[in-house]
Amino acid sequence: MIKFILRRLLLTIPTFIALMFVTFIAIRLVPGDPVEVRTGEHGISPERLAYFRHELGLDQPVWKQFFDYVWHLLHGDFGVSLSSNEKVLTEFLSLFPATLELSIAGILFAVLLGIPAGVFAAVKRGSWFDHTLMGAAVAGFSMPIFWWGLLLIMLVSEGWHLTPVSGRIDMINFYFEPTTGFMLIDSLMSDQKGAFLSALHHLVLPMIVLGTVPLAVIARMTRSSMLEVLSEDYVRTARAKGLSEFRVISLHALRNALIPVVTVVGLQVGGLLAGAVLTETIFSWPGVGKWLIESIGRRDYPALQGGILLISSLVIVINLLVDLLYGAINPRIRHGG
Amino acid sequence: MFKLSLKLAASVGLVAMLVGATAASAKTLVYCSEGSPESFTPAMNGTGTSFDADRPVFDKLTAFERGGTNVGPGLATSWDVTDGGKTLTFHLRKGVKFHSGVNGFKPTRDFNADDVLFSFNRQWKPDHPYFKVSGGKYDYFNDMDMPALLDTIEKTDDYTIVMKLKEPNMPILANLAMDFASIHSAEYADFLMKAGKPEQFDQIPVGTGPFIFVTYQKDAMIRFKKNADYFGEKALVDDLVFAITPDPTARLAKLKAGECHFAIAPRPADLEEIKKDKSLSLISQSGLNVSYWAFNTEKPPFDKKEVRQAFNMAIDHDAIIKEVFLGSGTSAKNLIPPTLWSYNDKVPSYSFNPEKAKALLASAGVTTPLDIDLWYLPVQRPYNPNGKRMAEMMQADLAKIGVNAKLVTYEWGEYRKRMQKGEHMTGQLGWTGDNGDPDNFFFLRGCAASKGGLNVTKWCNKEYDDRLNKAKSLSDIKERTKLYEEMQVIEQEEAPDMKIAHSIVFEAMRAEVSGYKQSPFGSHEFQGVDVK
Repeated sequence: MIKFILRRLLLTIPTFIALMFVTFIAIRLVPGDPVEVRTGEHGISPERLAYFRHELGLDQPVWKQFFDYVWHLLHGDFGVSLSSNEKVLTEFLSLFPATLELSIAGILFAVLLGIPAGVFAAVKRGSWFDHTLMGAAVAGFSMPIFWWGLLLIMLVSEGWHLTPVSGRIDMINFYFEPTTGFMLIDSLMSDQKGAFLSALHHLVLPMIVLGTVPLAVIARMTRSSMLEVLSEDYVRTARAKGLSEFRVISLHALRNALIPVVTVVGLQVGGLLAGAVLTETIFSWPGVGKWLIESIGRRDYPALQGGILLISSLVIVINLLVDLLYGAINPRIRHGG
Repeated sequence: MFKLSLKLAASVGLVAMLVGATAASAKTLVYCSEGSPESFTPAMNGTGTSFDADRPVFDKLTAFERGGTNVGPGLATSWDVTDGGKTLTFHLRKGVKFHSGVNGFKPTRDFNADDVLFSFNRQWKPDHPYFKVSGGKYDYFNDMDMPALLDTIEKTDDYTIVMKLKEPNMPILANLAMDFASIHSAEYADFLMKAGKPEQFDQIPVGTGPFIFVTYQKDAMIRFKKNADYFGEKALVDDLVFAITPDPTARLAKLKAGECHFAIAPRPADLEEIKKDKSLSLISQSGLNVSYWAFNTEKPPFDKKEVRQAFNMAIDHDAIIKEVFLGSGTSAKNLIPPTLWSYNDKVPSYSFNPEKAKALLASAGVTTPLDIDLWYLPVQRPYNPNGKRMAEMMQADLAKIGVNAKLVTYEWGEYRKRMQKGEHMTGQLGWTGDNGDPDNFFFLRGCAASKGGLNVTKWCNKEYDDRLNKAKSLSDIKERTKLYEEMQVIEQEEAPDMKIAHSIVFEAMRAEVSGYKQSPFGSHEFQGVDVK
């Protein structure tokens, strides 16, 4: 087991190097550098341009810039954002709780609805529910997030006035300083009556939008995995023993059917963070996704490099954990002794 | 699944609506803004979004009247102009308090001349202790040519500042009302330097303005509270909140739902819907900008006045306004927009007349078909929503008079650079005014700007240029107006460019908002604004 973990950890090193290199090069290939992109019709004098390029180290050869960047990274220094002059790590950590809160809500939404829906569809295979659910799952999976988000805002918020349009809390009635950065927790700690419900209320639509794709994937995966398990001999044996259908499904079939679902849930986390970029933009959700998009516009190299690296590391770590968890819940998988 | 989602949304929503309706204790104005500010020091910023976020906190020596471009007293109550316009003596306002209690800072003295010296020297003197703090980018101070204009700034006593200029320049009074010239507390700067946290100076602002900074959560919100001690027009609401909402569709939805009272930059496609909605109101005025099509007068055949005039007549302006601006622009005939003082409405505009254009070309000895380059804007600018579409329409019009226009463009930085060097034959560009002084537009056709690059027509006309330089040195507005009016006549006749449009800036707000005055600068100010 330890060998397996070590091997997996070693394997992440080339992934990290490739990541650093790709993000570093890709952003530099976009036309316009951070100094020029700020200037409007006034333009900038060649002297000032040269001065700022020098200050930011952009006058160095690209290979040197890259090695400087890696050197600083090895010392835990992600650099300073060019637009806000804040440390990239500080900025990331102040925004990340919002993304995490949204992602957790999204994945919970997907798991809590997707697994029961998949099980039900498998049990009632061929029924109208099964057909409708699978049709909806294909639609959910292929739906552009931007379109889905705006559609829900128009219907649910504007049309039926059931949820707020965007943001994390009602700013007119509630105000408190963030302590954890998780609005649900901070609102509970604030002692302001109604703040928690307002935060929850604001979370509903973004959660649905972000959770839709994983929901579709999980529901489909659960269904097919469940169908496979239901045709196994031990399920037949369980039925033959005279167990109730509920016990057969929930205790015998579902436990085994969930094994591949766990992997799928883990894989969804990467997709979830990508989806967060769009969801945060639509719902003015102040997380890292929105921050990254704006950093591209500003050619904020350090913010982008640091942000992408941190998010990617997170995805890598989660995938590693899922692999380990997979081994733990499925004794048939051995991790090379 | 869709049904399930909606049911969940509906049930959670209903519960929250029932419980969430707590009573508002204080009067709060929520402004749905576009993005996060770069910093809270205006001198370091370059975007309207950032200036809007800093402005509630600060004052300047001079001030623009709210909703206008006229310059009046700010932290300076009056000023004397002596030495033929080369010396400005500012008399400072007494008894002005800096905000107290922000970031643990409690001022021990009122605003005085030291604060003025600090605010300018920080941007000007590389050896100033704060010069390099937070990156040291002072774009506007440099863009407005302040280092070239200023000779010295000194205090003669705590309430008198003497500014000596290298040459007479009256538009500097308008420069001093711009955001980059905001006055900071020198005492707060010392306080943070001693605490070893100078970078907080640009993140947690202390000023004398109508609102006091409370908190900022990046990409989420900025919160201010009313400054009850303010010396000028006071805030009518207790709290001012900027709800950062980058997506224009979401901004409109929030406005309609009452989640914000005021939304920046509605999309042209949404204007009709806003007008119809009784709970909202929409106001508009022409922006402080102009888009033009510059002819490089150093390249034949554009060195001939008749050719330039012919090109002015060849283009169907009205079609461009309709198709490209979708109603959010107004046809331009002068370089300055009609909201600016000295606008000469008597100047005739060129009317669309392809036949006359052809005849003019022939009389200038130009044989058709004529091949030209037409450079179009690679990006959307406030004065031009779609350079390419505009260029295609111009190309079609030009074909009618026997001119083949080849469409050319580059990446924005490259485009500007090459045009300033004069590589183009003809090209689209424009200008957004900075300080509301006509000189800030008219210099674009001056001889100095022709050499410096910003005059992309490379036109240098003595009659025009003499007036331009003279007007700059005069303190009498009437005399200046007369000169500027004459310059507009000269420029129209000489036609170094074709003026295209001034954009129309729309502002959408809830019907219960009162007292808002639209700024010609496109900036947003909330003192004097109330919510019913």
